[in-house]
Amino acid sequence: MLVFIPKIVAFCCEQSGVPAAEMAETLKLSVPANLEIVPVPCAGRTETLFLLKALERGADGVIVFACHEENCQYLIGNMRAKSRLLYAQNLLQKIGLEKERLEICNIATNSGVKFAETLKDKAIRLKELGPNPLTRINDPLAHANVGIKE
Amino acid sequence: MQMLALRSDQMIKAEQKPIEEILTYLDPYKKILLSGCGACVTVCHAGGEKEVSLLASSLKMARNLTGKPLEIQEITPARQCEPEFAEEIVEIVEKTEGVEAVLSLSCGIGVQTLARFLTKTPVIPGVNTVFMGETVSHGVWEERCQACGNCLLERTGGVCPIARCSKQLLNGPCGGSSKGKCEIRQETDCAWQLIYDRLKSLGQLDKLREVIPAKNWGTESRDKGPRRIVREDLKI
Repeated sequence: MLVFIPKIVAFCCEQSGVPAAEMAETLKLSVPANLEIVPVPCAGRTETLFLLKALERGADGVIVFACHEENCQYLIGNMRAKSRLLYAQNLLQKIGLEKERLEICNIATNSGVKFAETLKDKAIRLKELGPNPLTRINDPLAHANVGIKE
Repeated sequence: MQMLALRSDQMIKAEQKPIEEILTYLDPYKKILLSGCGACVTVCHAGGEKEVSLLASSLKMARNLTGKPLEIQEITPARQCEPEFAEEIVEIVEKTEGVEAVLSLSCGIGVQTLARFLTKTPVIPGVNTVFMGETVSHGVWEERCQACGNCLLERTGGVCPIARCSKQLLNGPCGGSSKGKCEIRQETDCAWQLIYDRLKSLGQLDKLREVIPAKNWGTESRDKGPRRIVREDLKI
């Protein structure tokens, strides 16, 4: 049976998201199959454009793993990431895409379980939303994420 | 002479137009050139290189969703309001096949400069030019000058009553000023309170005794049409 496995791009802060991902791997926790992790030196490095480009190029959802608030090594990088994400969500709504495709998760270095669970939840929510309509429109038959046999 | 590493061309403040409005303007076109400007609108984050990329991505997605793809070529010249740069853009438009219109994220001046040179291609504004102002803090800009044509700042301690007093009063505050704030908008400082405080700290309160005559709007401002500055010594 053909199923839709959402493609998720995760921008991971190297101070929190990346160690949490490594922790999840060490604990052998399963994460969604179609996941691309993009390490960034700080969540604040994630430009608004990165979020849009990920969707424009076919991701079904994007998540930013940032340090907890008031716990950023670079002072307010996590807050900047949050502001940019809100700005991008606002833009998505205006152009007709679901803002839920973008989200941010504050996470600690040792939160491997939270990392895996958050991604699993996101994959479930994205399945409910359906594939990124941009990919469907550009080439309905070539959607990379539809057609994988479960 | 000490040189400061500051740009001198960053006084004009603008805001991007709502994307819905821009999409309406672009509806008839399939391929456009999106031009930002490396000067004022870059500093106020309305039309620099970053904003060009962001808008291009948004527009492409929006048009793909409606089934009418839009091809966008991006460019951000150092300035758009000078002939040398405008001519470069014209060259790009002429050399690029199929460009039907130019969407400009420069201020209204840049749009008009480009329109002057691009005789057969529409130039569409992507931002609203709002005022001449100062960066108060990151992400906050405030109006500071209205180009009235005859600067009064020497007499008002460097605070402009034309740009910063809601009623443009030239000789003291109105009766609505309260606790240093303007009655028109509570978050706005009363310009005349600022002028008083500044002259006091400079020890120049006596300047307030001089009456500033009503401005001659007819000759100083644009009430007689667009103004023009000519420097014969600089002409080629």
